[in-house]
Order: sequence, then C-alpha cells, then structure tokens
Amino acid sequence: MTVMEKSILGPVLETRLALEDLNARYAAALDDGEYDAWPSFFTDDGLYRLVPKENQDLGLPIAALHCEGRLMLEDRVTAVKETTMARPRELRRFVTQPRVLSMDGSEIVAQANVLLVETLLDQMTKIVLVGRFLDRITREGERLLFRERICVYDSLHIPNSLVEPV
Amino acid sequence: MAEASLEGERGFAKSERGKWPDGGVTRVPFWVYSDEEIYRREQDHVFGGANWNYVALEAEIPNGGDFVRSWVGDKPVVVTRDAEGGVNVFANSCAHRGVAFCRHNRGNTDLFTCPYHQWSYDLKGRVTGIPFRRGYKGKGGMGKDFSLEGRGATPLAVAVRNGVIFAAFDHVAEAFEDYLGPKMLGYFDRVFDGRPLKVLGYLKQRIDCNWKLMFENIKDPYHASVLHVFLITFGLFRMDQESAVEMDETGRHGALISRRGAEADAEASREMSNNLRVDFSLRDPRLLDIAREYPGDATVVMQTIWPNVIVQQQSNTLAMRHMVPRGPHAFDLNWTFFGYADDTPEMTQRRVRQANLMGPAGLVSVDDSEVLVMSQDGLVPYPDSEAVVEMGGKEVADAPHMITEVAIRGFYSHYKKVMGL
Repeated sequence: MTVMEKSILGPVLETRLALEDLNARYAAALDDGEYDAWPSFFTDDGLYRLVPKENQDLGLPIAALHCEGRLMLEDRVTAVKETTMARPRELRRFVTQPRVLSMDGSEIVAQANVLLVETLLDQMTKIVLVGRFLDRITREGERLLFRERICVYDSLHIPNSLVEPV
Repeated sequence: MAEASLEGERGFAKSERGKWPDGGVTRVPFWVYSDEEIYRREQDHVFGGANWNYVALEAEIPNGGDFVRSWVGDKPVVVTRDAEGGVNVFANSCAHRGVAFCRHNRGNTDLFTCPYHQWSYDLKGRVTGIPFRRGYKGKGGMGKDFSLEGRGATPLAVAVRNGVIFAAFDHVAEAFEDYLGPKMLGYFDRVFDGRPLKVLGYLKQRIDCNWKLMFENIKDPYHASVLHVFLITFGLFRMDQESAVEMDETGRHGALISRRGAEADAEASREMSNNLRVDFSLRDPRLLDIAREYPGDATVVMQTIWPNVIVQQQSNTLAMRHMVPRGPHAFDLNWTFFGYADDTPEMTQRRVRQANLMGPAGLVSVDDSEVLVMSQDGLVPYPDSEAVVEMGGKEVADAPHMITEVAIRGFYSHYKKVMGL
C-alpha cells in the first residue's frame, strides 16, 4: 500500500469502524430492551422512519414508524414500554458492515443491510423483516448521532406485529 | 336451507360441529375459526357470489392502461382502467391453464401476456391472441370450432362509488348503494364525499388468525376502552364519550362512531382503571395534532363493509383495511392510506404522523394484531367451546353507546344465514 493510499484509506477505515461501533451499540440497546437509550442515538431533530420499500419506490410518505425529533422518539419509547400489549418475545437485529457513500466535515452518508428476527414462546424463530438502513450521521462532540435513519424494508408482509423500532 | 346445511357432511353431525349452539347469535362456536370446510364455503358464499368486495381505489389507476393486482376473498384479481376510462376487474388466472398471468403488482400496459404460452389479454380481460392458434404448416393448433369470442379471464361485476372500487363474482349483485343501505351509505359518503383521493402509502401484515376475528374486532367497541391504553390515555376513544354502534338492516355492515369527550368521568375511569394511565402525556403533541375535517361532531368512524374491508377514519388518519383470507388460520391485512387530492402539505404531514397509531407497528393496532393471534391460539384447540356475545343484551339493534357487542351479533346473524348454519 502506498503512502498516498494509506492517507486516503485512513479516515475511511476509521469512519467505517466508528459506524460499525455505532450500529453495534444501537442494535444491542434495542435487542437488550434498553429502549430509553434509543432516542439518544439521534440528534434533537433527528428523523427516524421505518418504510416499506413499496412506498419508498412509489414516493409515498406513509411509514410504519415515523418519528420527527427526539421527543417523538421518546413518545414511541413510552408506548413500547408502557402502553403496548404484546406477547413476550426476543428480537434480534443483524446489521451488515456499513457502506460509506460520502463523508465530509459535517456529515457521513452510509448504508447497511439489516435483518430482524424474533423468537416467541412455543414457536420457531422467524424473520420479521429484511431491509436497509439509509443513514445520515453527524458528529456532536465525541459522539456520532443519526440526523436521519431511514429503514427501508423489502418484506411486504410483517408477520403479525412489529412491537419495537428496528 | 337444507341444501346449505353442514350437518351430516364430513362427520359434522357426530361431533356436533356444523350445528350452531343454542343461544343464536349470542354464541359463536369456535369451530367457525378453524374448520377447513367452513373456510371453503366462505369463499363461495361470503366472498364469492353477489357480495361487493373492496378491491382498490380509483386513485391507484388514474390513467388508461393502469392496473393493480388485488384479491376477492383469497382469489387473485386484476383491476384495470381501460382506454375508454372504464374500470374492469377480472380473475388473475389464465383462461388456458390457470396461470396467475399478471405478475407485477401495478403498472401500465395495453396488453397482458401470460408468460407460459403467451396468450394475450386486453384491459377488459378478453383473450386477444393465442400463438400457433392455427398450428404450424397446417399441423396442430386449435380446432376449427375454437373461437376467441367470449374467451377471457373470468370477469367480475364492478361498482365504483366516489373513488372506491368494489367487485362481485355474481353479475346480478344488487346495486352497491342498495347493498350498503341508506344508513351505511351515509357513513361511506361522509369520507368518500366525491373529492378526488390521493394514495399516501401501503402497510401490510399477515396475521395468524381467522379473518372473522379482525372483523369482529372492529365491530367490538367494548375492547377499545379496556385494551387500548394509548387510545384511552390520550382520550381518543373512551366509554364516557358520546358514541354509537350502527348497522344496516341485515347486520352485515357496521359502524362505530365516537365523539371526542371532555375529561373522563369518575365511573368510566374506575371501570377502565386497570389500563387508564393519567400520568402520561405526549412529549411531542404533533403526533395527535388533530384537525376537524368532517361536518358533525364524530371524531372516529370505523366502518366495516361486508365482507372484506374496514374503512378507517381515526381522527385524520384514513385507510382502507383490506382483508385477504389465507386459509382458516391466517389473513393478510393490507392497509391503503389515503388523503384528498386537495390536502395541504400540513394535512398530509398530519396524516403521516397519525399513521403511527396504525399498521403493523401501530401504537394502537399492535394491541389488536397481538390479541387476535392469542385468540386464535386459544380457540383452535377448543373447537367445541363457544364465545359469549352478550354485552349490551341479546338483541340486534343499533345502540347509542359503546358497551355492546351488538355489531358482532349483527355480523353473525347475516353470516349464519348465508352459510346455512
């Protein structure tokens, strides 16, 4: 590897490792039911959407989850923790290596595939959805935060219910 | 209705299945949710025949050549707009060997071609061409008596009212307006008032329960005030609100009407106390920034139109919930969210935010999809048990309140009749 290549790869690799770490922490927080931590992965005005690919392709605005800003994310957390009636289950997220599409001083644009599987009592483990995170990430101090995390899922039909954010 | 009776068929008489329990519509036998024979008969008598099934919105096929795939019961159909502007619905099943030839979910075309043997269809579902129909060099091909006349994918009768498309297999179905009856037509026209609609998006889920449980859920306001903590807490739907349950004359269609009330009164709060959380408030009130958009004081009208659609008007979130049965133990719930073509961007934003309450991840509807699966889990192993449907009495008559299961009784009163049970 030439010196020139190293200097280019350096920040790219560093960024990718930082994103892998971000994705791993994000998935673990939700997998472990630490829902209160979820909004803290976003900027105050961060946008989270969970959108069927069908709507994304047709340019239609309806999402299965749609949270504009940290307060709306917190309201979703309250619902997940306090108001939703759901059968007990384990949900686990598998996020692939992030692909960095662009990065400059203020923003990283990246994508990663995601697979969500669930395990319910008396049932075999099954896939809830498969899709892709479309992320816009910004740096605030030492932390990387999602300015936008759009999960576009291929799955046409969700099996029964999706009781947590992806 | 001896012809339609299930008694004696497949050993039903021996097990008492096929015989509706005493108590009429105040009881629902659990075998109706799991029996294969019942399921098959529903496809013929509930979804088939002279029943108007919802299939699509006109806004999905605005231009000549536009098409979408849809379902009548579990039968695949294609909905098209032809060159003359007419709406057509025909079976997605080739007149030759039955291939579901329309394989794209939507699109625009002037011709459908079955990929198997290249039979082609026009937008009315008529066969327009058959390769090698005359054979090759004088050999093979269709016989001389074979005519294209009248050949095509099975056509359905079509009814369009204010942008909503319904289809029936039986071409002598009564007029859609008569089918709904004046009262239910009034609620239908309240949302579909003639303004052009705009599709805002789709959400889909497959729920592991019999389709009837979904219909019952929307005919059952009793559960809404105890199960849905989110609705209760934020005052969107409660027993102490002025409300009503209404039906058409047959009982097959129903509407739950709710009017937003003031603070919960003491008696209602006590009854709901298990699930009423007065300590909650939304951190971001934009989620429920509700704008009044219809005349009158109803804030929620949930209408069930026999046999396959729920028209949802929950504050500003509007959706068709199209039920597609997938055997006795599952159905697809296909949500088509819409607004009006003249909505302001702010109103569209409102509808998108409020859609958080609905769909497979809905703040409210998750409670339902979860409890419906739990219902199926508890019903199927006990086919000889029966449900008690006596809230609000034993009669089938409109009720000016929500503490009633009358619309479920109405549904089964019609269901028993058409199923010969």
